[in-house]
Amino acid sequence: MMAPFLELLTRDVRLALREGGAIGTALGFYLIVVAILPLGLGPDLNLLSRIAPGILWVALLLSALLSADRIFHADHEDGTLEALSLGPLPLELVAAAKAIAHWLTTALPLALMAPLLGLMLNMEISAYPPLVGTMLVGTPAISFIGSIGAGLTLGLRRGGLLLSLLVLPLFIPVLVFGVGTISAILAGPGGFWAPLAILAAFSVAAIVLAPLATAAALRLHL
Amino acid sequence: MSPILRLAMRVLTWLSLYANPTRFMNVSGMVLPWLWALAGILAVLGLYMGFLASPTDYQQGQTVRIMYVHVPAAWLAMMGYGMIFLSSLGSLIFRHPLADVSAKAAAPIGAAFTLQALVTGSIWGKPTWGTYWAWDARLTSFLILFFLYLGLMALWQAIEDQSKAGRAAAILAIVGSVNIPIIHYSVVWWNTLHQGASVFRADGPTIASVFLWPLFLMMGAFTLLFFALHLTAMRSEILRRRVASMLSRRADQAAIPPAIPAGQTS
Repeated sequence: MMAPFLELLTRDVRLALREGGAIGTALGFYLIVVAILPLGLGPDLNLLSRIAPGILWVALLLSALLSADRIFHADHEDGTLEALSLGPLPLELVAAAKAIAHWLTTALPLALMAPLLGLMLNMEISAYPPLVGTMLVGTPAISFIGSIGAGLTLGLRRGGLLLSLLVLPLFIPVLVFGVGTISAILAGPGGFWAPLAILAAFSVAAIVLAPLATAAALRLHL
Repeated sequence: MSPILRLAMRVLTWLSLYANPTRFMNVSGMVLPWLWALAGILAVLGLYMGFLASPTDYQQGQTVRIMYVHVPAAWLAMMGYGMIFLSSLGSLIFRHPLADVSAKAAAPIGAAFTLQALVTGSIWGKPTWGTYWAWDARLTSFLILFFLYLGLMALWQAIEDQSKAGRAAAILAIVGSVNIPIIHYSVVWWNTLHQGASVFRADGPTIASVFLWPLFLMMGAFTLLFFALHLTAMRSEILRRRVASMLSRRADQAAIPPAIPAGQTS
């Protein structure tokens, strides 16, 4: 079971890296959204540095959503998904492998790029480690919950837009606790374990339970 | 067999009786006028007691009367989602033929009551809290409930094959059902502007009975109203599907070309 799982995972990562376009688009979108927000909010650096963690988190959610509908799209179109469903891996593990691949190739690069964008928003230095830390903890939930939406909207026209509508309400707890952890860390020592633990719990629950829902959704379309 | 198991089997047998759409249409047609009538009576009584015959709150004055509309609407918003959750289980696990119809019918009704709860709560918030909106846990989780309803309705509309749409919406409904306990316990787990639970509590209600009776009447009226609306919507959906299948059968028959007699070419 491990060998096919790892093979599928490396295949997806390799395909995403070779294709290149999707990762680049997500990163570019992240950059552009964070760049135009100060143009809309005004150049007041004090204001920007106060709201920088929130801006970076929300823009990350939107950028990760952009690329979520490609998780199963290509394989569904050329019939690979059907072949995978008949193969040695249960569909739940196929869904999990693809979600991990999405995390490695999209959500993780976005999270690692966030500090650079924090420079544009004049984020305070002490906020950098909590920002990256909470993003590393929270982005698995984003990839896995995004995969549920990808499975549900597979093959639909304007599926990407519908995916965003379906998945963003489920992202709200991740956002709330991610930014809450950063605020708690910046406010003073201690007291940040509660929101961080809940954020981690969301991620773990998403990793374990989302593949079940995603596989059920994929079976609809196969 | 334990009595609970026996009761569960009775309920499931009863539910499977109504898997037949025609029988469902007959029985619901008989029950509906009574539901409307009873809902109307309770509503009239509740509205009279709530808006005319009950006292004002010592702190909130007349605005406390919004409670008689806001609380039942909020209760129904959650119960509507509970109905969708149970229907989704019936659709995915038991493949009950009318479970899809039930879930599809309940979504707009639940969304409407959620919107009503948000709006009436907002109107109530202005004089009592000084603001139309606050980002506290209860209000935010209720807003998420509204978005979940909208997502369900959008998913139903986006997938053309109705049985596929039903199963997809069932999966989404079950995934989103984690929000319901969050809504209920949000006032316990967080410091919220919204007041804590004062009716559905382990120790019993903390509201004075002079307010509680009109509230219960209105909750009863709204609940019966929900069931009446839900049954009506289910009947409409069944009729809509019958019309659709009749139209497609007629289109099939029109598409079959007339037979060419033997011996004729082209």
